[in-house]
Amino acid sequence: MDSTTTAAGAGTTDLELVERARQGDTAAFGELASRYERRVYRMAKNITQNDEDAEDVLQEAFLKAYSHLGSFQGQSKFYTWLVRIAVNEALMKLRKRKTDRTVSLDESIETDEDPIAREIAVWDDTPELRFGQQELRNILDDAIQSLKPIYRTVFTLRDVEELSTEETAEALGLSIAAVKSRLLRARLELREKLTRIFKRKGDQILGYM
Amino acid sequence: MVTCKDFLKELSDFLDESTDPSMRVELESHISRCPNCWVIFDTTKKTIQVYKGMEAKELPTEVHSRLMAALERKISTGTCSNSAAASAESGSTTDPQTKH
Repeated sequence: MDSTTTAAGAGTTDLELVERARQGDTAAFGELASRYERRVYRMAKNITQNDEDAEDVLQEAFLKAYSHLGSFQGQSKFYTWLVRIAVNEALMKLRKRKTDRTVSLDESIETDEDPIAREIAVWDDTPELRFGQQELRNILDDAIQSLKPIYRTVFTLRDVEELSTEETAEALGLSIAAVKSRLLRARLELREKLTRIFKRKGDQILGYM
Repeated sequence: MVTCKDFLKELSDFLDESTDPSMRVELESHISRCPNCWVIFDTTKKTIQVYKGMEAKELPTEVHSRLMAALERKISTGTCSNSAAASAESGSTTDPQTKH
């Protein structure tokens, strides 16, 4: 797709691009794809943890979005609508991977357990500045990937893609309470993992409760 | 009186500023007196910040190219929602030769 043929620049809103795409301006949809392909791919990669699956999800999401552009009501943001399609694709990929027995997002395991926080250590104000961009990215990716699917999926949507609790619940077919409980656990598990890397130099990690 | 355990349960809502005002006052009071819970609060807040601050990296060039090629094919065949066609278009991501 040749996005250079569109007059759509950075100042054009998503809704204007959607409207143009509906009227047959194919370059407008190319611009939407260019705007969001990185985030959709990152989200898909976080959930599926697999390059090939993430690429399939990326393509399926945009192809379906294009096919169903007529059903986009404009009540939510285009990206929220798109990400809902992409999440469904990513979850289908996950469920196809029978080898991962923890793949079900419907299971209620552990969501009622008390949240955990075991380690106490103060971080620097901006610990991320101690690392290069790529090194930091690897640290954060590794930490997310060590979470179970039910936690990393909720965390990815809420805290990486910045969907609201309600949007996340809707995208995943979960209750608000389940989203909140999983998000808390995901945040605390990540905090625990990152504390080992980001704690202030020279400080000891102390036990909590 | 809010305990450390209560604090931990409310932490996400507290960070998202979605607790009701009276609970918020109690939680603020708790972390002003409990250094451990203050550290948990502060480091969890930083955990979220560091993820939010991370930009999505550029797509690998070939992934971008294959996406654009798939869209171009889709658009050239019209906007029908033929899922079989869509599936066929995206089902061979391992073979770049077929993706244009």
